[in-house]
Amino acid sequence: MTPEPSLVATANQGLVLHEISKKFEKVVALDSASLAVRSGSIHALLGENGAGKTTLMRIAFGMIRPDTGTIRINDNLFSFASPADAIAAGLGMVHQQFSLVPEMTVAENVALGGKGRYDNRQTAARVAEIAAKLGMTMNPLAKVRNLTASERQKVEIIRTFAHQATTLILDEPTAVLTPRDIGDLFVQLRAFATNGGSVVLITHKLHDALEHADEVTVLRKGRVALSGSITDVTESALANAMLGQMQIRTPRNDRPTAVSSQRVLELKEVSLRDRHGIKQLAHVSLDVTQGEIVGVAALEGAARSMLRMMAGRTEPASGDIVRPASIGFVPEDRSQDALIPEFTLTENFALRNSAQRSGRVDWPMTRVLTETVIKEYDVRTPGPDISISSLSGGNQQKFVLGRELAGHPDLLILENPTQGLDVHAVAAIHEKVRSACKTGTAIVYYSSDLDELAALSDRVIVVADGTISETTPDRTLIGQSLLSTTST
Amino acid sequence: MTAEGVLAADALVRAVPLILTGLAVGLSFRAGVFNLGAEGQLLVGATASALVSIKLSGSAGFLVLPIALTTGAVAGALWAAVAAELKRRFHVLEIISTIMLNFIAIHLVSFLVRGPMQEPTRIYPQTVALAESARLPIVLANTRLHAGFIVALAIAFALAWIMKQTEVGFRIRAIGASPMAAESAAMIDVSRMSWAVLCCSGAIAGLAGAIEVSGVTFALYENISPGYGYTAIAVALIAGLSPLGIVASGIFFGVLETGAAALQRDFAIPSSIAGMIEASLILSTLVFAAMRKHYTLFARREKTA
Repeated sequence: MTPEPSLVATANQGLVLHEISKKFEKVVALDSASLAVRSGSIHALLGENGAGKTTLMRIAFGMIRPDTGTIRINDNLFSFASPADAIAAGLGMVHQQFSLVPEMTVAENVALGGKGRYDNRQTAARVAEIAAKLGMTMNPLAKVRNLTASERQKVEIIRTFAHQATTLILDEPTAVLTPRDIGDLFVQLRAFATNGGSVVLITHKLHDALEHADEVTVLRKGRVALSGSITDVTESALANAMLGQMQIRTPRNDRPTAVSSQRVLELKEVSLRDRHGIKQLAHVSLDVTQGEIVGVAALEGAARSMLRMMAGRTEPASGDIVRPASIGFVPEDRSQDALIPEFTLTENFALRNSAQRSGRVDWPMTRVLTETVIKEYDVRTPGPDISISSLSGGNQQKFVLGRELAGHPDLLILENPTQGLDVHAVAAIHEKVRSACKTGTAIVYYSSDLDELAALSDRVIVVADGTISETTPDRTLIGQSLLSTTST
Repeated sequence: MTAEGVLAADALVRAVPLILTGLAVGLSFRAGVFNLGAEGQLLVGATASALVSIKLSGSAGFLVLPIALTTGAVAGALWAAVAAELKRRFHVLEIISTIMLNFIAIHLVSFLVRGPMQEPTRIYPQTVALAESARLPIVLANTRLHAGFIVALAIAFALAWIMKQTEVGFRIRAIGASPMAAESAAMIDVSRMSWAVLCCSGAIAGLAGAIEVSGVTFALYENISPGYGYTAIAVALIAGLSPLGIVASGIFFGVLETGAAALQRDFAIPSSIAGMIEASLILSTLVFAAMRKHYTLFARREKTA
């Protein structure tokens, strides 16, 4: 087959991915998706979770081989066997999960993957030089272990510059940054583009794309749903392209409050230490009644130990806790704490409460229950017998929620259940939580998103400095009490 | 019985301790517990069952055999419990402690067969021979194939069933695959479960020792095991830790070792050739296991985010 020159030989073409397809097991991740990034521009790659954004960029970066399709940079055809090839071709990638060695210094991390002798002073000087050029401040001799998330991201960016990248791929770079750092980042990216570089910005935030990108490509279910200049698209057009239907808005909570007053969870003068012996709660009392949603607001995981104790995973150091017989728990880190990636969906279903059962496992029954969860919670999977690692994050989370709500528990504890999920999955999770609450399940919902707490909760408790205080579900009020409790 | 038949039966006899220790290793590896001490547990099991058989012979009648086998299993479990206890209380790596316990067991046997347990004439470094009543019955006439083979098969089938069909087996697989998820989602007490698995693993290895004494050697002496507990690691790994697979790979190693001895005897081909084949097999199994892990890791990394 001869390549179509009209498609690929346009002027200023930096990175061009042409009709890339990729399947994992039976799941189609990409279905002839194309992406053309002009030199000198910032190109936003939008899509909901599982749309194939990250897969497409991993293919561009040589981490995954495509089933079909071609990769061109400045009109030269490439076939990358590894990221090293991609780096040699001028690509640089900043990953969602940082790929830095915590025990090494910034300079050492930047030099990683280089050849020949390592010269500490020379590398340090180089790091300082690149950082200065990018308008960053960075101590090259600092250990990465001691850096904050946004500083680590800067190290990753410096590293791609040190490898003389001409095309920069950033996977959800704003997820870990404060608003000020986000502003700085885009200033740097713009300067990089103006000097002839090209930038691919993977994101699921419409705002980032509209504000900072020149061009945009939207992926939906592995296909290109929309592609064009940012000046030609509107926010609603992007949202429609991402979701494929009318944008689902989270409705305000209109349910009558506290229908019943039967207590489900009771904490009396509870004190709690985490596993390092650090005090997490001191003499805290709290009642949660049937059918209510109690929002939990806390900074930086301050509520983590408390939620685990409520879910029956740990016991308090002192005080009394009365828990109901059946509790569902959706932990924050689903691939580590909620699921076993290499197990099938059916086996992962069997995981819940396995310690309380004995005798034989009723596999046919478990499989039927798994299929019910797949259907009721709209988990996109070819079936219950494939390993759960082949599902996207949103589908894994829907499955976890479905499993924990199976058998109508009296209490459901959720820990940031919508983090990193797209609007679509978030709406699905909210809807299921609400309907569980209507059937009488008491819900304790921790979220780092105050808007979400305000929209969902009947009342909100703020956990800080080992005490709790109660407030009404209002964004501003929650924010105020979070800040006031931490400042005292 | 033809000469070939006798040889084949000998291969199965040789396979019995390999299958049993292979099952012991496979069970622990499946739970993410690295019991490398099957050798020591086998020796302790052999010692305890020999002691009981000798002391009880004449007084317990047909009960001697079951008591001796049970004692062997319990002794193996207790020997493994030392490592299990160290792991649970002080987080001592069982990989190291179980190997160290092997050396203690080897020298313990040495000491006993030259000291307190030595036969009355004090000439040979071994115990007295076991009475007829304390010996395992032969299941195939005119061969040395003893009932221990049936026991090994039964345990393999039982383990296969347990791992697939029961909650306990599922929990063992869960803690091996992801201790974090097992603790958080399934609320399994992982450290208690690992403790129990290591003890059970030790019990099976101890039983292997008891069966070796009452089915093959009929006495305890040094070098009663030519490293069964170590070969067991290869047996288990080649079988991918599957209990029924371990039966097959155990028989394979049995054939290999018996065949090598016959080749040396009849054709003067050095039996160390078999040792070299075995070692290459272990090496290639490790390479394959590493490669498989490498590629599944890659596959997981490739999953859509």
